[in-house]
Amino acid sequence: MSTIISGRVWKFGDNINTDLMLPGDVHAGTEEEQAKAVFAANRPGWINEMARGDIIVGGRNYGTGSSRPAARSLRNIGIACLIADSINSLFFRNSVNFGLVALECPGVSEAFEELQIAEVSLTDFTVKNRATGKVLQALVVPPNMLVLMQGGGIYPVLEREGLIAPKVKSAPAPARH
Amino acid sequence: MGMNIIEKILARKSGAKKISPGELVVVDVDTAVFIDNAFFPAYYRDMLKLADPEKIIVVFDHRAPASDRVSAGAHVVGRAFVKRFGIKRFHDVGANVGIAHVVVADNAYALPGTVLVCADSHTCSGGAFNSAARGVGAPDMIYAATTGKAWFKLGETVRYDFTGRLPAGVTTKDVFLHIANAFGEHVNQNVEFGGSGLKHLSINARRTIATMGAEISADFAIFEADDILLDYIRARNKAPFEVANPDPDAVYNERRTIALNEMEPLVALPDQVVNNSVPVGKVAGQRIDQAFIGSCANGTLDDFAIAARVLMGRQVAPGVRLIVTPGSQQVYREALRAGYVQTIADAGAVVTNATCGACGGGHLGILGPNEICITASTRNFKGRMGDPTARIYMASTATVAASAIAGVIAHPGDFTKEVFA
Repeated sequence: MSTIISGRVWKFGDNINTDLMLPGDVHAGTEEEQAKAVFAANRPGWINEMARGDIIVGGRNYGTGSSRPAARSLRNIGIACLIADSINSLFFRNSVNFGLVALECPGVSEAFEELQIAEVSLTDFTVKNRATGKVLQALVVPPNMLVLMQGGGIYPVLEREGLIAPKVKSAPAPARH
Repeated sequence: MGMNIIEKILARKSGAKKISPGELVVVDVDTAVFIDNAFFPAYYRDMLKLADPEKIIVVFDHRAPASDRVSAGAHVVGRAFVKRFGIKRFHDVGANVGIAHVVVADNAYALPGTVLVCADSHTCSGGAFNSAARGVGAPDMIYAATTGKAWFKLGETVRYDFTGRLPAGVTTKDVFLHIANAFGEHVNQNVEFGGSGLKHLSINARRTIATMGAEISADFAIFEADDILLDYIRARNKAPFEVANPDPDAVYNERRTIALNEMEPLVALPDQVVNNSVPVGKVAGQRIDQAFIGSCANGTLDDFAIAARVLMGRQVAPGVRLIVTPGSQQVYREALRAGYVQTIADAGAVVTNATCGACGGGHLGILGPNEICITASTRNFKGRMGDPTARIYMASTATVAASAIAGVIAHPGDFTKEVFA
């Protein structure tokens, strides 16, 4: 597993909620439909500007709201890492379980301008702004959780343990109405 | 040093004598509640065995009765799951269906001192029953159902002590909005409620606050167990339990007093719950298209009683839609028997079947472009109830009913001088 993640930063503010990342009108849709709708309401068009390997920097209370798998949508669109001043604990659980690297790092939203490059060490959990040289300390993620975040989440583990069936490629969803 | 409520329950359920903030604990799960969303194609994973089917409850709530072919298909998958594992506590469309957290309340499934999980953020509703109930993700649910376990990172706890009693026209929704406005988010913290004012709050009134705990991002939102709670539980569930009240020397990150007698009707402005409320007077006169009363926070029998008292003998303003959705069919039937449904429908409201409905933007009252809604439900997020250009104000059932009559956001005191609590 890579221990250094570096990528281009997209900034989002405080209290970014799950409904913005996974809107209700695709809640019953496919993962693909959900991925295309990320931030459609608050930042239309962003989904076409961002690229795989980019990093999201959020403010306080990132991921407040629903149990819906918004973290999976961020993983599916290729977000390499989410770093926020603080993260809602339900969103954090979903990040662990769906395989999104997510770090709580007080002060991170002040330390970055949009499109600067962040370098994240998953060894010592530091976050560096390559442009300013500033280095911040993120909260340590316990090793067993980091393994899940980097290894595709909990489902591969449950499959190996024979608790759930392997995922079958689902048939196309029926028409919505 | 003693333990607070959450520390006590998680210590017991993890086999530890004492646990402290920052610790990761693995606990035995007493109850795992699956909702219909769990059976949607994008969420369902085929479980090959269950740790204990007796600990599983299945409730169809978000899209029940099925609102489209996707949810109808999900219900088919859910019924097959129930049959395959012999799940006894199954709440299909019918007499005992409703929003999972309301069904949990109707049946006192969340017992004091127990751990309950469900893949819906408002599962903290069960905290009103002195239960360590919280929303988890879909994978956590599969983990809990197949292994019987869940992990939690213990956060610090903020204690809220209620004193006094609520004045006329004010409800615990206003109390919650006050807490969310004054103290903001509680990320990585638990909130614990008690105090001398607790005895003046009904179980339904407490449930509104516990349910809304998700909206301040609290890990757990839990109430002390008192005689009112124990009477409620014993009337509905004969299973044994052990309450978990805080030790006298329990440790809290902070202790705050909420004087209920000083509360006033508040309105959360659109798009964000925390740090975003104003006294109703500040937005009085704001035009509305729709008014909604429902959800796990405000679909209780108390909410029907309040709505009926405000609407009695009055009419919903022309051009405004008032939609009232009970939290469960049991609540619906009780509201029918009490005459509340008659009063509310006579006023021109549409009373729907029990479901999450418009709160989650699923069905039965979705908002169109640029529409303005005042809602007594759980969230005012952009796009939450339909079109992202719609604007959602959030308030108490009393304020929403008053606004529906006025056709603009209005103070409940314009229509009632009653004390609700």
